[in-house]
Amino acid sequence: MSSNDSTGKTLLVASLLCIVCSIVVSTAAVALKGEQVKNKLLDKNKNILAAAGMLEEGKSIQEIFEQRLEVKLVNLDTGEYLTEETATEEWQKAALENPVAYDQRKAAKTKGQNEILGGSEDIASIKRQAQYATVYLAKNKSGEVETIILPVHGYGLWSTLYGFLALETDATTVVGLGFYEHGETPGLGGEVDNPKWKSMWPGKEVFDDEGDVAIRLVKGSVDPKAANVEHKVDGLAGATLTSNGVTNLLQFWLGENGFGQYLAKVKEQGV
Amino acid sequence: MASETKKVLFGPVVDNNPIALQILGICSALAVTSNLNTTVTMCIALTTVTAFSNFFISCIRKQIPSSIRIIVQMAIIASLVIVVDQFLKAYAYAISKQLSVFVGLIITNCIVMGRAEAFAMKNPPIPSLLDGIGNGLGYSAVLLSVGVVRELFGAGKLFGIEILATVNDGGWYVPNGLLLLPPSAFFLIGLLIWALRSAKPEQVEKPEFSMAPQSKALAH
Repeated sequence: MSSNDSTGKTLLVASLLCIVCSIVVSTAAVALKGEQVKNKLLDKNKNILAAAGMLEEGKSIQEIFEQRLEVKLVNLDTGEYLTEETATEEWQKAALENPVAYDQRKAAKTKGQNEILGGSEDIASIKRQAQYATVYLAKNKSGEVETIILPVHGYGLWSTLYGFLALETDATTVVGLGFYEHGETPGLGGEVDNPKWKSMWPGKEVFDDEGDVAIRLVKGSVDPKAANVEHKVDGLAGATLTSNGVTNLLQFWLGENGFGQYLAKVKEQGV
Repeated sequence: MASETKKVLFGPVVDNNPIALQILGICSALAVTSNLNTTVTMCIALTTVTAFSNFFISCIRKQIPSSIRIIVQMAIIASLVIVVDQFLKAYAYAISKQLSVFVGLIITNCIVMGRAEAFAMKNPPIPSLLDGIGNGLGYSAVLLSVGVVRELFGAGKLFGIEILATVNDGGWYVPNGLLLLPPSAFFLIGLLIWALRSAKPEQVEKPEFSMAPQSKALAH
């Protein structure tokens, strides 16, 4: 056994082991990559459809997605869609060609594609933001756009919440809100996933008559007789900070640093 | 031989349970037991990794230089964990998202390392494989019982299917939110160890020291 402990043997065993292990790991990673990428996309698409209430029993997610959704990129500064004329840089052209593959989260971290947010602007505590955001336009059976689905995210208590907000084409009435990634306390802040809470959102209006963002979560339940009921949603019981986070992220993404410009345009000129 | 195999395979479930007797692998037991879907997946993942790491380590046990044996064990365990993680991401994406880092943390799970070092380094491959499966089963037994209690009384569900209609959904059951938080698993595992050791007093550890008798008051 002592020969096992010679330097030569030690190096030999170590290097052989490394080679074998790395081959096993890389084979698994490469062989399963396709399936994994598909899963990730499917999961995101499912959440987009869920936010807009478009999931149908017995129909595949991919099918609904392809038939009824159009993916576009919006310049958050101007509120304009990315078109062939405005796409000047390489990444913009690539994104225009295949908007489904555009990764807004990655863009938010890439220099030249993002903007750093200053203290008072950054109410959702996200620090940096992509110049271009993806929007999903859902069409009804006759091909008219009926729902606009916007990706939103912001900080809650422990984690960044990522989700989708679906609005009607009047750019103010909520169709649905759903989060697909968060790390809030189960049973408290984690109740953002509760179907009963989510069912309170449809029909709410995010803007008031002056066009300011008015939607917010209130402590406790909303009194149906109170003023401006259409702008208020029940807060999550025992999760004040998560509730504030949801309010802040909606205020941010509907405000002028978010989709404000775009939604104002939609309101004036249609989708 | 048959009874030997049985002992290696089923001994760790009750008599020599890695969590209840050896108090290993507690961290993941706290983290993944808030619902049964993740619990079952984690149990399968850990059993697979323990079984195969034991097997491979045992296969090469006579060639491993003792100076780097821990690193060799870690490399094998880590590779297996990555492979399992990749499989989960490919075929059980929703669950792998919930398990997040905990699959990766199997690498540092004391049960896997402990069995590799204590059993696989000294025994032939087949008994090592069985020992790995057995310890995986022991871990699973504890996790599943904790998971059932936590999900049933914390969320009124089992495997995500409603059993007790909760007040939030218009039913009668007020769920105990504490059970969804990690500390509750601590209490449950503690109670489980207490029950097990009351039933099998031979599992109680000898005290490492005895308390000095209280000194008498000096005043007369």
